[in-house]
Order: sequence, then structure tokens, then C-alpha cells
Amino acid sequence: MKRFRELAYFIAFIGVSFMGVLIFVLIPFADVVRRSFLTVMSGEFAGLNNYKTVIHNQAFRLAVKNTLHFMGVGIPLLVIISLAAALVLSKIQDIHVIKSLYLFPMAMPTATVVIVWRMFFYKQNFESLVISYLWKNTGYTIVLWLAGIAAIPNELIEASKVDGANKFQCLIFVKLPCLKGSVYTIVILSFLNSMKIYREAYLVGGSYPGKDIYLLQHTFNNWYVNLEFDKMAAASVLVAVVLFVFILLFQYYSQQ
Amino acid sequence: MAEIYLNSRGLKLKLRRFLRKFFYTASEAVTKLIFIAVGIVICAPVFLVVTGSVMGKGDLYECLAPVFEHGTGFVSWKLIPQYPTVENYIRLLFYSPEFFVLFWNSVKIVGLILLGQMVVGIPAAWAFATYTVRGKNVLFTIYVVLMLLPFQVTMLSSYLTLDRLSLLDTHWAIIFPAVFNTFPIFVIYGGFRAIPKSLIEAARIDGAGEISIFFMVGIGLGKGGILSALVLGFLEYWNMIEQPFAFLENKTLWPLSLYLPEISWTQAGFAFAASVVMLIPAVFVFVMGQDYLEQGIIYSGLKG
Repeated sequence: MKRFRELAYFIAFIGVSFMGVLIFVLIPFADVVRRSFLTVMSGEFAGLNNYKTVIHNQAFRLAVKNTLHFMGVGIPLLVIISLAAALVLSKIQDIHVIKSLYLFPMAMPTATVVIVWRMFFYKQNFESLVISYLWKNTGYTIVLWLAGIAAIPNELIEASKVDGANKFQCLIFVKLPCLKGSVYTIVILSFLNSMKIYREAYLVGGSYPGKDIYLLQHTFNNWYVNLEFDKMAAASVLVAVVLFVFILLFQYYSQQ
Repeated sequence: MAEIYLNSRGLKLKLRRFLRKFFYTASEAVTKLIFIAVGIVICAPVFLVVTGSVMGKGDLYECLAPVFEHGTGFVSWKLIPQYPTVENYIRLLFYSPEFFVLFWNSVKIVGLILLGQMVVGIPAAWAFATYTVRGKNVLFTIYVVLMLLPFQVTMLSSYLTLDRLSLLDTHWAIIFPAVFNTFPIFVIYGGFRAIPKSLIEAARIDGAGEISIFFMVGIGLGKGGILSALVLGFLEYWNMIEQPFAFLENKTLWPLSLYLPEISWTQAGFAFAASVVMLIPAVFVFVMGQDYLEQGIIYSGLKG
């Protein structure tokens, strides 16, 4: 197909989506970046003042600390537990029922289980957040790992057996290196789902929950209610930049 | 002599093979049982919600009081309630008209979001899957980053836009930003990528136009990805909390997912019954669409 025609069709097919993304996300976000350098009332140029305020803000610091703490504990636990489960499950046949049981929490709306959570997690601590994150996402991650394991070429495993590798060596030197590509997407998707843990924290603890589970979304919500848009703007930009750098670095290292 | 020796060796081999097979199946069965036992524990909250919904006030009070009144002690739960009752459901279905309003709000919001996502996302995924254009990879990366932006980051920008379009405090404030979420595009794209390129080429050589190729080949053969995106989307948006909380002040516009947590524990039976009603559509979609759900999860992991 001619280059020009191909481009025309590409634009025709993606046009609506791109316009929407432009109108609802990209342009407004550019506006937020602009606002992050202005004062909220008079709209005067404020330099980096908003950023300084946000960085020194106690609530924001606590929220960043808790959110990072949660991710640092929750994501590795999720990734490792589901990898172990998937490695075992990949050798067993007829696992349809097992997968259903582990995926089922995805179908349970948070609002539905929240009464149950309130019964068990009346202390509203950090561990309960991690547990509900694992509860909700283990099935999803197992399915991702299983797909990665199924994609390992059988010849490789056979060849290692012929060369005299035992099961353990086969796991360490053949299977795990083959799964390196899956790690990237699995960690990224686990991260995406880890952001949704705010629902549990909010539904169990309200706007001002225990000190351990006060998350970034709480801070943003409270600023939003108080119309502190200058802080929100600066903090949004900060989070977006950190996230973007993290994704790029992670992508770079996982592709090496 | 030699014959007997051979025979016994053959027997030994057979026995060994039999034993190995026996232990293999036995250990497989035990592993399976362990996994199923853990799985049942994982699904336990459903049993709690369902049994709670048929318990009377007295039963529930007995079970829940230690936690909610004193903040200590453990919940004791009866798997089979002593005096099962349907009073909670009767109250819900006949004496709570507001419940229906919120239920239909949820249905409307989720339905329109999914419809919009398909209208916008299917062609976009097709564009990514079929055409090679300069700069496509950059756009693709932008879409990946947009997918990963948490609600906090886009909250203010969404608010400003919705305010400018005076959509705040209407259902459209929830629907529009969700329609342009880029996550479903990647799931649908996974389905399109599984279509052999040669098929599209063959259709072109036969003189089919690009539009009819999109409808016949793309939607015809990429149904798996589309249905997967619908299943994942339904489970996600049936569960929406942050967006309606931020953009809907009028409580009669709320979806069910925001209303349930507002019910206080003194009306626990009612809350359980409402939870069951909210669970039914999600469980229905889960059971009918489990294969698509799994496929969708796999597609969501196949980027780049």
C-alpha cells in the first residue's frame, strides 16, 4: 500500500480516540503543568513555590511514604507468590476450576466485600491493605505468569534435560531466564492495580483513615475538597514525572 | 533361566513405571486439593455476604456486636443461620425505591462507558495492529503511559475540563473520561494481532476496501479481544469509586458502588442483601465470560 494512503487510513481509524485523548487528557494536563507554576487565587507566576509547599507538606510526605511502602511490599509479594503458584500449576492438568476460584475476587465489587473487610480489618492497618491487594490480584497475575510459562519453547526444556539438568537447574537456568520478558509487563500491571487499593483504604477508613493507610489519593481528595488546586497541580506533575522516569528506566533495564 | 530372568526384569520395570505413575498422580491430586482449599478460603467472603443477607437482626447483632460495639474480639459466623429470613430482601425490593435508582445509574454508566470504549477503541486498536506508519511507536508509548496514569494525576485536569464543558454533576462527567481510557485498546489490539497478516493481504488483493476489511476480517476474527475488553471493562466500571466520588455531588446520580458503603452496620442485613444484588450481574459476567476474562488478562500483558 502506498505510504500516504496508509497514513490516511491510520489517522482515520485512530482519529476519534486521539482527539478524545487530546481533549480529555493531554491538553488539560498541559494546563495543569502551567497552573503548577501559578498562584491559585490571583494567577500570578509563583515559580517553584507550589512545588516547595507540596514537598514540605506533612500530609503529602506521609502519603508518599505510605504509598511507596505499600508498593514496595505488595508488588514483590504478589509477583513472587503468583510466580510460585504458576510454576506449580503449569505442571498440573485441568486447572480450570482452580483458576476460577483465584480469579473470582476480580468479580467481587469492592463495595460488596467492604462489609466483610470491616469485620476482619477493624484495626485498619497496613497489613490488611496488603492482604486485600493480594486477595484481589493473585488470580490475575497467575494467569499472566501461566501465559509466560506456556510460551517457553519445549525444545529448550527437553534440551536441558538431555544435557543432564535436574528439575531445579532447569528452573533456574532455563525457565526463569525465559520469563524475564514477562516480568516487565507483570510488574507494570501489578503497579496499575496497586493504585486501586485506595478504594479499600477509603471504604474501610474514610477520608482520614489510620496513619498507616493514608495514601496519595487521600491527600489529593482532601486538597480537592478544599479547592487547593495549586498544590494539586504541583503534586500531579511531580507524580507524573516520577512515574514516567520510573517506567522508562524499568523498560530500559528489563530490555537489556 | 534366561527367559525367567528377562520376565522378572520386565516385571520390575513395569512395577517401577506403575509406582512412578501412581506417585505422580497422587502428588498431583494432593497439590490440586491444596490449591482448591486455598481457593475456597479466597472465595469465603461471598459465603459471608450471602449468609448475612438471610440473617435476621438478632442473629446479625450477635455475630457483629463484638467488632462494631467494642472494637475487640472476633466475629463469630454461622454458616447456616439459625432463623433464615427474607426480610432484608423484602425491605430492599419493596421499600427502598432509591436502591433501584442507584442500580439503574450503575447500569447506565457502565453500559454507556463500554459502548463508547468500543466505538472509540476498536478502530484505534485496528489502526495500531494493521498500519505501519512513522511515529506509530511513539504514539503507542504515549498510550501506554496514559493507561498507567493513576486517577490522582488526572483528577485535576479532568475536573478542569469537565467544568469548562459544564458536565460536572452529570453522568457524562464519569462516562467521557472513561471512554477515552486507553486500557481497552491494548486488550483489543491483542486480539487483532492474532489475525494473520497474510489474511489481510489476501483480502486486499481480492479488492476489498480497507473499511470492509476492518469489519469483515478485523471485527469478524478479532471478536475474542473485543469480548475480553468488555468483560474486563464491566468488572472494572461496575466497581467505580474514585471518579463518581469526585465528580458527582448529587447523591441521586450515584452508582451503587458508592452507596453501599454508606449503609451503617446497624443495618447490616440490608447492606448484605444490597451487596448480593450488586454481586449478581458481576458474577453472571464472570461465569459467562471467564474464558474471555483470562484471554483479556493475557492480551493486557502482550504489549509492544
